[in-house]
Amino acid sequence: MSPATIWAWFTDPAQWSGADGIPNRLAEHLAYTAITLLIGLVIAIPLGAWVGHTGRLRWLITGANAMRAVPSLGLLFAVSMFVGPLIQSDLAFVIPSIVVLVLLAVPPLLSGVYAGIESVDPAARDAARGMGMTGWQVLTRVELPCALPLSLSGLRSATLQVIATATIAASVSLGGLGRYLIDGLASRDYVQMVCGSILVAALALVADLLLAAVERYAVSPGISGRSVGVARSRSSRTGEGSRPDPSGATRSTSPASTAT
Amino acid sequence: MTWALDHLSEILTRAGQHAWLAGLPLVLGLVIALPLGWLASRTSWLRASLLTTTGLLYTIPSLALFILLPSILGTKILDPVNVIVAMTIYTVALLTRTVADGLSSVDPSTRQAAIAMGYGGFARFRAVDLPLAVPVIAAGLRVAAVSNVSIVSVASLIGISQLGYFLTDGYARSFPTEVWVGIIACLLLALVFDLVIQVVSRALTPWTRAVAA
Repeated sequence: MSPATIWAWFTDPAQWSGADGIPNRLAEHLAYTAITLLIGLVIAIPLGAWVGHTGRLRWLITGANAMRAVPSLGLLFAVSMFVGPLIQSDLAFVIPSIVVLVLLAVPPLLSGVYAGIESVDPAARDAARGMGMTGWQVLTRVELPCALPLSLSGLRSATLQVIATATIAASVSLGGLGRYLIDGLASRDYVQMVCGSILVAALALVADLLLAAVERYAVSPGISGRSVGVARSRSSRTGEGSRPDPSGATRSTSPASTAT
Repeated sequence: MTWALDHLSEILTRAGQHAWLAGLPLVLGLVIALPLGWLASRTSWLRASLLTTTGLLYTIPSLALFILLPSILGTKILDPVNVIVAMTIYTVALLTRTVADGLSSVDPSTRQAAIAMGYGGFARFRAVDLPLAVPVIAAGLRVAAVSNVSIVSVASLIGISQLGYFLTDGYARSFPTEVWVGIIACLLLALVFDLVIQVVSRALTPWTRAVAA
C-alpha cells in the first residue's frame, strides 16, 4: 500500500462528515473511553483507598489482577451474548461493551490506587497521626496525594487498555474508530482498515503522551522531587538510577492488560 | 463439556497454534530485550530513550498493529508472521524495562566482589549480573506470557487460526459453550506458560532455595 492511497483516503471529503466520518467515529471512541474511565474511577478510587488505608480485603486486589488473564475478546463476546438480549433498547450493543470495558479498566486503576497508598512511607503516616489528624484526614491529606503518581500510571494503563478494547468491541457492533477496522475487514477494504488502524494508533499515542504530561505536572513537587530548586533537582537526577521512577513502578508490574 | 470432549482434537490443534504464536515471541523478545536492557542499565540517557521508544510501541492497540504490519513488512494479512512480529514487539517493550530493572537491582557489593575476583565486562554480565537478575526477569516474562496469550486471541478477528477462533465462531453462531471453551482453554494455556516460566526460573536460581533451607 502506497502512502498516496492512504493520503487519498484521509483527504476524501466523504471521510470527514456524517455518521461514518472520522469526527463522529473519533467522538464516539472518546465518549466510550471517557464514560468507562469515569465509572472505573468511581469504583476504583474508594475501593483502592479503603483497601490500602485499612489493609483489609487485600484478596480483592489479587483477584482483580488475576482477572487480567481472561482474554478480553472472550470477555467481550461472553458478556454481549448474556447481557445483550436482556436489553430491549438501542443501547443493547453499547451497554455490554461498556460493562466489559469497565471490567478491564478497574484492575489497573484499583492496583494503581492501592499500590500508591501501600507505598506511602509509614513514618509519614505516623507523623500525620501524631499531628492529631483523623483517619479520614490522613487518607485525604497524606495518603491520597502521595499515591497520586502510582494512581496516575494506573490511569494511564487503564486508558490504553480501554482505547484498545473499544476498537475490538466494533466486532460486537460498537461504534468508534474500530468500525473502520471491522467494516473494512468485512468488505475486504484494506485501505480503510489501514487508515483506521493509523487513527487508532495515533489516538492511543496522543492519549498516552497527554497522560504522561499530566503525570509529570499534576504530582506535588514535594513527592516527585521536581523543580523545588536547582540543587534539589540535580540531586534527584543523580539518584535516579537507584530509585524506581514513579511512572515505571506500576508499568513494570502491571502492564499485562495495556495492549489488547 | 461434551462439546469440548467431542472437539478435543481441534481444541488441541488450535492450542498448539496458540502456544506457538504466543510462545515464540516470548523467546525472541527475551533474546532482543537482553542486550537492550543491558544497554539501558548501563547508560542513563540510553535508558530514557530506549524505555520511551519501547513504551510508545507498547501503546499501539494490537488489532491496529496486526493490520498495519502487513503493509510495513510486505506480508499477506493472513500470514501468522504478522502476529509473531507484533507479539515480539510487545514482549520487547515489556522486557526491556524488566531486564534493565533486574540488572540494576544486583547488589553493588556483589558486583564489586566479582570485579575484585577478576570478572571483566561480558564475563561478569554472563556469570554474575544476569543469573542474579533471573527472578526479576522471570517475573516480567510471566506478565508478558499472560498478556501474549490474551492478545493472540484477538488475531482470530482477522482470521488467524488459534484458540481465539472458538470465541469468534461461538459468537457468530450464538453458541455460548464454544465461547466458554475458548476462554477456559486460553486461561489454561496462560497457566501452563506461567508454570513453565516458574519452573525454569527455579532451576536457574538454585541458591534461592539453599538460603531458604
